Amino acid sequence: MKRLVSLIVSLLAVCGLLAYTGHQLQASSGSTGSKVLNLYNWGDYIDPHLLKKFQKETGYHVNVETFDSNEAMYTKINQGGTHYDLAVPSEYMVAKMKRAHLLQPLDKSRLTSLQNYDSQFLNQTFDRGNRYSLPYFWGTLGIIYNDKFIKPGSIRHWNDLWSTKYRDRIMLIDSARDIMGMALASQGKSMNTTDPTTLRAAEQKLNRLAPNVKATVADEIKMYMTQNEAPIAVDWSGEAAEMLANNDHLHYVVPSEGSNLWIDNLVIPKTAQHTNAIYAFLNFMSRPDNAAQNAEYVGYATPNRKAKTLLPKATRDDQQFYPDATTLRHLEVYRDLSPTKVQLYNDLYLEFKMHH
Amino acid sequence: MKHKLANTYLILVFIILYAPIIFLIAYSFSQGETMTNYHGFTWRHYQTLFSDARMLAIVANTLLIALLSSLIATLIGTLGALSITRTTKRVTRESLLTLNNVLMVSPDVIIGASFLIFFTMLKIPLGFGTVLMSHIAFEIPIVVLMVLPRLREMSRSLLDAAQDLGATTRQLLTQVIIPFISPGIFAGFFMALTYSLDDFAVTFFVTGNGFSTLSVEIYSRARQGINLEINALSGVMFLFSLLLVAGYYWIQQASQKRRHRKREVTS
Amino acid sequence: MTKRRTWVYFIPYGLWLALFVIAPVALIIYQSFFDLGQHFTLTNYSTYFRSATYLKMTLNSVWYAFLITLFTGLISYPTAYFIHQLKHRQFWLLLVILPTWINILLKAYAFIGIFSQAGLANQFLTFIGIGPQQILFTNASFIFVATYIQIPFMILPIYNALDDLNPAFVNASKDLGASTWQTFRHVIFPLTLPGVKAGVQAVFIPSLSLFMLTRLIGGNKVITLGTAIEEHFLTTMNWGMGSTIGVVLIVAMIVVMLLTGDQKTKGGTPR
Repeated sequence: MKRLVSLIVSLLAVCGLLAYTGHQLQASSGSTGSKVLNLYNWGDYIDPHLLKKFQKETGYHVNVETFDSNEAMYTKINQGGTHYDLAVPSEYMVAKMKRAHLLQPLDKSRLTSLQNYDSQFLNQTFDRGNRYSLPYFWGTLGIIYNDKFIKPGSIRHWNDLWSTKYRDRIMLIDSARDIMGMALASQGKSMNTTDPTTLRAAEQKLNRLAPNVKATVADEIKMYMTQNEAPIAVDWSGEAAEMLANNDHLHYVVPSEGSNLWIDNLVIPKTAQHTNAIYAFLNFMSRPDNAAQNAEYVGYATPNRKAKTLLPKATRDDQQFYPDATTLRHLEVYRDLSPTKVQLYNDLYLEFKMHH
Repeated sequence: MKHKLANTYLILVFIILYAPIIFLIAYSFSQGETMTNYHGFTWRHYQTLFSDARMLAIVANTLLIALLSSLIATLIGTLGALSITRTTKRVTRESLLTLNNVLMVSPDVIIGASFLIFFTMLKIPLGFGTVLMSHIAFEIPIVVLMVLPRLREMSRSLLDAAQDLGATTRQLLTQVIIPFISPGIFAGFFMALTYSLDDFAVTFFVTGNGFSTLSVEIYSRARQGINLEINALSGVMFLFSLLLVAGYYWIQQASQKRRHRKREVTS
Repeated sequence: MTKRRTWVYFIPYGLWLALFVIAPVALIIYQSFFDLGQHFTLTNYSTYFRSATYLKMTLNSVWYAFLITLFTGLISYPTAYFIHQLKHRQFWLLLVILPTWINILLKAYAFIGIFSQAGLANQFLTFIGIGPQQILFTNASFIFVATYIQIPFMILPIYNALDDLNPAFVNASKDLGASTWQTFRHVIFPLTLPGVKAGVQAVFIPSLSLFMLTRLIGGNKVITLGTAIEEHFLTTMNWGMGSTIGVVLIVAMIVVMLLTGDQKTKGGTPR
């Protein structure tokens, strides 16, 4: 018993020590003062050097909290109890948050660098006139293949994936909207369709792909592809960039007949508290030099036209990640569908997953 | 011969238990950026780690939450297990046990979401306090499960004998029951630590206002690819807990020997 | 001990039960009666019980949880037994727990590295002349990794039960001429059964709702209830349907508890 008590006391002492250390560390990085900005972001989705530079220039310290999915982030902001100044939702989530009255409109008079952005990524259906959002990064959905196993050029279109040559060869990203969307695009249909018959036909077509599917996975697809676990994968361009950087045999194709264009955006949640810091940060991140530096760190495509010109030539001319005008024209941005339609997409997708 | 077989079996089990950890640590010294294709040796990821004040603060937070919540959960859970064994009606006991296990069967997302609704309904600000409470909450059932079998083994006659000798309730608890069930209590504490360190979903939902733990950080990095700084961190934490465990064991052995000797002298 | 004095000790546990168990369960049950349009309805339950997809998923979950528990038990019992015979047994026991403190996602990534086409496991298979095999995305690899994760939770209670075992029983059995096997079967195993049951509860119940490993290692070839709950809470945000499956899981847990519960009426009765 005496031993137990002394153990408890020493554990409490350790706890005290940890609390002190944690507090000191947080104070040393300056996150407890009043000049702060609370950023709610995907993990590792901003160059930490930029945050330091921002603090040096403006005096605002950026606290970063992280989330791992749009929906989880939505739940947190919707439920309240938090005070994020900026969040980074994808396009359909911007629309959903807007409808739920979770966002503050942008004060355009305080934005100095709107003209830096490429008009291609402004004024989209999810936020007409960019009343609530500024584009942060953008990308596509496409096919990654390994030239050790697949002849370059033999996969250009979605329908190529259905070839019997590729039995048990393909990895899919675990996302109902994207995989159903792929099937729809391969049939020349809109990736935003809500017609049940069209969707059911798409599911039928997916079921025929089942023998070719090796696995349906998520973020870990990067690790699998770099390790040559499968020769073909369907995934987003951001993930593809990461894979290509680690394996020279990999290539990324955006089917020219149509695919998804996604845009991650900076928005101001209703509960934001530090207005001055927010606009200082938005203007700071819109500056071409900063946006370019961030794009090089993260590896995604920047919607900042002027920043793009600052990127190395090899990067900005890379058709894989900055596709040509024809392909761009065929890309579709996801609309925010009603909950019952989202459920329909997911139910059909679940049936497909159970199929194999 | 039989000993050899047993030892071979144990060696095999331990190799499997430690294989992934050795794999992780090996890659923390790789010059690449991810856990694929080993490149040459480097200390770089450790340097990054030790200059990353944000990450170190998160580690301190994580350990604080883990230790403090496990301590409190062990206390409450042990008291709970004591009360469950004291119940005389079978129905009561079974229902208590069922309720006890609810949090173990409910998937983390459900627990996290309902705790979030619960806290925001009560207007409790999200952060350290809510994370601590939630961790205590989901650790209690495993403590109870670890302590209960031990309590059941305790014979009634032992307690009666102690009472006949005039022990008060307090003495009975501190001098008879607790020492007897202490292996169960330790097991419960360690399992609670495991639950706390591993939890992502519940912590994610109930945290806020700048407070973050290691699991939340690791999971939200998955989209961008987990870099080797995290491997370096696992290496450091692993080495640290190994030293802690070895040190604790050594001290315990030494003190037991001393006690042993003292007894021999006095007798 | 008088009843009056001891109920005080129950207060913290009781408070926990009320605030963090009964309240959330009530919330889950309440939510399970609402559909996407926030209408009070029974459709979630009728969908669940009429849909072949969900029923198949339920069977899958139970089957895999059973297999995982079985293998965990088969590996853990001898491990606990042999560790208990070692000299520095408490130290070795701590070494069993140590790997559980490393994040599960990282361990899963490590297993991906080990089991991949060019990974260590396949290099070994090539070395012994079998040649590389597809290991990932098979049921076997999924069960292996899930078992790996659960082993410590089974070893610990079994070890404690072995520790409680009065050596006098074992000696008596041996004195009466029983072989080692007979002693084990008729004395040691039955007396350590409470530990095994605690282990089964700590392993089987959480295994019912595994979701991450089914995707990471199983490549979604195995779909369990955990996958569906995850989807309803985090993708379609259909919390009603997600809660319904949660209720089903709680009911399944009660069934397991009744099956593994002790048949003797009282803990601590004189034997």
